[in-house]
Amino acid sequence: MATTVRETMYDTEGSQVNEAASQKTSAVELAGISRHFGKVKAVDSVDLSIPEGEFFGMLGPSGSGKTTCLRLIAGFEQPTAGHLKIFGQTVDGVPPYRRAVNTVFQDYALFPHMNVIDNVAYALTVRGVGRKERHQQAMEMLELVRLGEFARRQPAQLSGGQRQRVALARALVGKPRVLLLDEPLGALDLKLREQMQVELKTLQRELGITFIFVTHDQGEALSMSDRVAVFSEGRVVQVGTPEDIYERPEHRFVADFVGSSNILEPAFCQRIGAPEGLWSLRPEKIQLTDQSVTRENNVLTVSAEISHMQYQGAVRRCVLSVAGHSLSLSVPSNVESLVVGQTVYARWNLDDMHRMVS
Amino acid sequence: MAQRGVLMNQPADGILGRVSDLFFRKPGLLLLILLGPPLIWIGVVYVGSLVALLVQSFYSIDEFSGRIVREFTLKTYAELLRPSNLDIVLRTVLMAASVTVVSALIAFPIAYYAARFARGWVKGLFFIAVMLPLWSSYLVRVYAWKLILANEGVLNWTVEKVGLTPLVDALLSMPVIGGPSLSFSYIGTFLVFVYLWLPFMILPIQAALERVPASMLEASGDLGARPGQTFRKVIFPLALPGIVAGSIFTFSLTLGDYIAPQIVGSSRLFIGQAVYMHQGTAGNLPMAAAFSMVPIVVMAIYLWIAKRMGAFNAL
Amino acid sequence: MRFKRTRSGASLKLKIGAVAGLLFLHLPLLLIFLYAFTTEEKSYQFPPPDYTLKWFGVVWERQDIWDAFGLSLRIALIATGAAIVLGTLAAAAVARTRFFGREAVSLLIILPIALPGVVTGIALRSAFDIADIPFSFWTIVLGHATFCVVVVYNNAVARLRRTSPSLLEASLDLGANGFQTFRYVLLPNLATALLAGGMLAFALSFDEVIVTTFTAGQQTTLPIWMLSELVRPRQRPVTNVVAVFVVIITFLPILMAYYFTRGGEATAGHGK
Repeated sequence: MATTVRETMYDTEGSQVNEAASQKTSAVELAGISRHFGKVKAVDSVDLSIPEGEFFGMLGPSGSGKTTCLRLIAGFEQPTAGHLKIFGQTVDGVPPYRRAVNTVFQDYALFPHMNVIDNVAYALTVRGVGRKERHQQAMEMLELVRLGEFARRQPAQLSGGQRQRVALARALVGKPRVLLLDEPLGALDLKLREQMQVELKTLQRELGITFIFVTHDQGEALSMSDRVAVFSEGRVVQVGTPEDIYERPEHRFVADFVGSSNILEPAFCQRIGAPEGLWSLRPEKIQLTDQSVTRENNVLTVSAEISHMQYQGAVRRCVLSVAGHSLSLSVPSNVESLVVGQTVYARWNLDDMHRMVS
Repeated sequence: MAQRGVLMNQPADGILGRVSDLFFRKPGLLLLILLGPPLIWIGVVYVGSLVALLVQSFYSIDEFSGRIVREFTLKTYAELLRPSNLDIVLRTVLMAASVTVVSALIAFPIAYYAARFARGWVKGLFFIAVMLPLWSSYLVRVYAWKLILANEGVLNWTVEKVGLTPLVDALLSMPVIGGPSLSFSYIGTFLVFVYLWLPFMILPIQAALERVPASMLEASGDLGARPGQTFRKVIFPLALPGIVAGSIFTFSLTLGDYIAPQIVGSSRLFIGQAVYMHQGTAGNLPMAAAFSMVPIVVMAIYLWIAKRMGAFNAL
Repeated sequence: MRFKRTRSGASLKLKIGAVAGLLFLHLPLLLIFLYAFTTEEKSYQFPPPDYTLKWFGVVWERQDIWDAFGLSLRIALIATGAAIVLGTLAAAAVARTRFFGREAVSLLIILPIALPGVVTGIALRSAFDIADIPFSFWTIVLGHATFCVVVVYNNAVARLRRTSPSLLEASLDLGANGFQTFRYVLLPNLATALLAGGMLAFALSFDEVIVTTFTAGQQTTLPIWMLSELVRPRQRPVTNVVAVFVVIITFLPILMAYYFTRGGEATAGHGK
C-alpha cells in the first residue's frame, strides 16, 4: 500500500505526468483572449500560459475578469476574440462536456436530488460506467477527501466545508487534466480556510495535475499559488510568483491590491531626496529611529510626524506625515513610547524600494 | 478506461451528443425549438381566435334569413349603441365597480393579517384557506349561494331568527337593486360576485404587504406617527399596487361573467349574458362579438392605468 | 382604522376580521355538503327536515351523469398532457435566456387566463365559425389546453428561477451533454413543479364551464350538466351530491399541488 495516490488515480500508461518533459508542456494557453458583453469588456486581450502541474492563481477584485477567464477555460463562455488552447488543441466552439477540464463551483452546485456518492460518481454515470465500478471509484475519491462515511448522506445534510470536499471529489473522479476552482475558500470560516489551503496544496501535489483557481483574497493567492496573475478591469496587470508579486509589484494597482504598500510618487521622491521615479515600498521595510542619521550608503532617513496610530493587536499601524504625504508602517505593540504628534525619523534601505512602471 | 486527450469521447455518445453540440454552437436553434410549439399553438389558436372575434364584430346578421353576412359593416356596432344595449353595459360596469370596492374592503384585513402576523403553520393555513376556494369548482360556489339565498334557505332562516326581516325587506324594496327575493335581485348577484372573486383580491394585497419591511413601520412610529397616520401614509400607499392588481381580476371577471347573474339575479342582462344569448339560438355571432369587445376595451384601458400605477409589480 | 400592534401580535379587531373573512369563504361550501344529505328534494329548505344517504345511490345509477363525468375526465387528461408539454417548453425558453421579445412572449402565454372567459369562449366560437370547424371533443380540448398551458408554465418558470444555474453548468462540466443534463439534473428538479402544475391544470379543466359552453356544441361535460341543472333544477339533492364530488375531485389535486411546491429553498451547495 505504499503506492502513491497518483499511481492509483491515473493510468501510468500514457500518463500525463512525465517528469522530464512535462515541465514545459503548456496546459492552458490564452492568446489575446477577449470577452465582450455588448460594450462591456469583461476580458480585454489577455495572454496567459499555464504549464502543466502548476497551481495557478487568478487574483483580482470583483468584476476584474478573472471569473470570466475561468469560465472561458471551462467552456461556459466563448471568447469574442483570441484563441484558447488546452494541451495544444484549440477549443473554440468545444462544449464543456468535451473538455478534460472540470470545475469546482463557488456554490458547490451539488445535485440536491442525489446522495453524496451519486454526486461524486456523476461524471462516470454519464460516461456509461457500470454501477459497481463507478461506486467503487467514487468511494476511493471520497476516501481521498476523507468523507468516506458520508457516502449515503444527502447534500443538504452536510456542512459547508464538507460540501466543498464533495464538490472536489466529484470534479476529480473523472480524472480531468485541469481542475478549475472558483473562489473555493470564500464561504469557509477562517480556521477551515487555512486548513483547506494546506489540503488543496497537498492534493494538487499528489495528483500532479494543473489547478487553476480564482480568488479576490490576496492572502489566499499568495499562500497557495505557484504563480499568480493579477487582474484589473479585464486585463492581466502582472504575472509572477507570489514573491514577485508582493516584493516587486510593477504597477500601482498590484502594489495596492496585494498587501498594502506605500507608493512613492516622483514628486515626493524629489522632495525627500530619494532616487527619481515611481516606487513601491512595503510598510514592514520602514523602521523608526530617533536619530537623524544622514544618508548612509543605501539607507534613507527622513523626518516625519506621527499623524495617526491604530492598535491592531500584535502590531500598531502607524501613519506618518512626511513632506505633506503619508507613509504607513507597523510597529510592534509593545513599543510604548510613541505618541501622535511626535516627531520621529523613518529609515529604509533603498534596495527595498521597487520601481514600478505605472 | 478510454485514452483521453483534451477532447473526451464518451462511449455513450452518438446522435444525441452531436445534436447537443449543435445546440451549443447555435443556441438560437434551441430557443426556436423550445419556443416554437407553444408559440405556434397560442399564436394560431388563441390570437387567431381573437382576430376572428374582431372580424366577426364587423360582420352582421341578416334579419330575415338569420344567416351571417360576411361583409365588412359597422351596422352591428350601431346596434350596440342602442339604449337598451347601452343599459346592459352600464349595469355591468357599475356592478363590477361596486364588487371591486367591497371586495377590497373585505380582503384587506385578511391580507393584512396574513402578511404581517401569520407565522409558520398559520401562514400555510391561511394560504391554503384562500387558495382552495380559488381553485375549487366555480359552478359549485355559485350554486352554494343559490342555496343560501333561497327564500327557504339558510340566510332567510338566520335573518328570521335574529329578527332582521324588516331590514332585508327594506333592502329588497329598494329600486334597482332590490327584487322579489334575495336570489332574484342585484343584491344577490352582488353577494355572489364578492364571494367568488375575494381570493383574487386577497392574494395580491397580501403579496404587496409582505414586501413592506417591518422596520419601515417601526421607523414611522419612531418618527412620531400615530398608528392611524402610519396606516394612511405608509401602509396604504404601499398596498395600493396590490389592491389595483386585485381589482384587475375582480373587474375583469365581473365584466365577462354570464353564469352567476343567470343563477342568482334579476332577469335583466349583463354583458356576458348578452354575449351568450346572442351566439346561442339566435346565432347572431356578430352581435355577440361586438358585445364582447366592450370588456376587452374596458380592460385594456383599466390595465393601462394600472400599469402606470405600478400594479404589475404586485402580481 | 387603528391597527394597534401589541407585543403579542395583531389587535383583536383585526383577528376577528381575518377569521370572519375566511369563514365567509368556506361556509358556503360546507353547506353544500350538508344539503347532499337532505330528504327535501323540491326546495332548499333550511334546516333540512331529515337526513338520508339515498341520493348517493340515485347518482350512482344515473347514466347521464357518468357519461358527463367520463367526458370531463378524458378532456382534462388530454388537455393537461398538452399543457405540460407546451408549458415546459415555453418555460425553459423564457426562464433563463434573455431574448428579443421575451416580455411579449410572457404576456402572450398569460393572455388566455388574463382575458375574461367569455371572451376566450366567444373568440374560439368565432374562429370555428369562420374556419368552418364543427364542434367536437377536440374543440373542447383545444380551448382547455390553451389556458391550462399558463398554469403549468407559471409553476415551471417559478421552479426554474429557483434552480441555481450552476447546477446545469456543473452537469455539463462533468461530461454530460445537453440531453443527459436534462434527463439527470433538470427533469428531476422540475418534476414536482410539473406535477403540481399538471394537477392544477387538471382541476382547472375538469371544472371549466365558462369557455366550454361555447365550444362544446351538443356535448355534455360534468360542469355543463351541472349548469343545466342549476338553471332548470330537477332533483336538487342529486345536484348537491354531484357538487360534493366535484368539490372533492378538484380539492385533492390542489392540495397535492400545494404539497409539491411549498418550501424547498435549500438547494444543496448553497453552503454559505
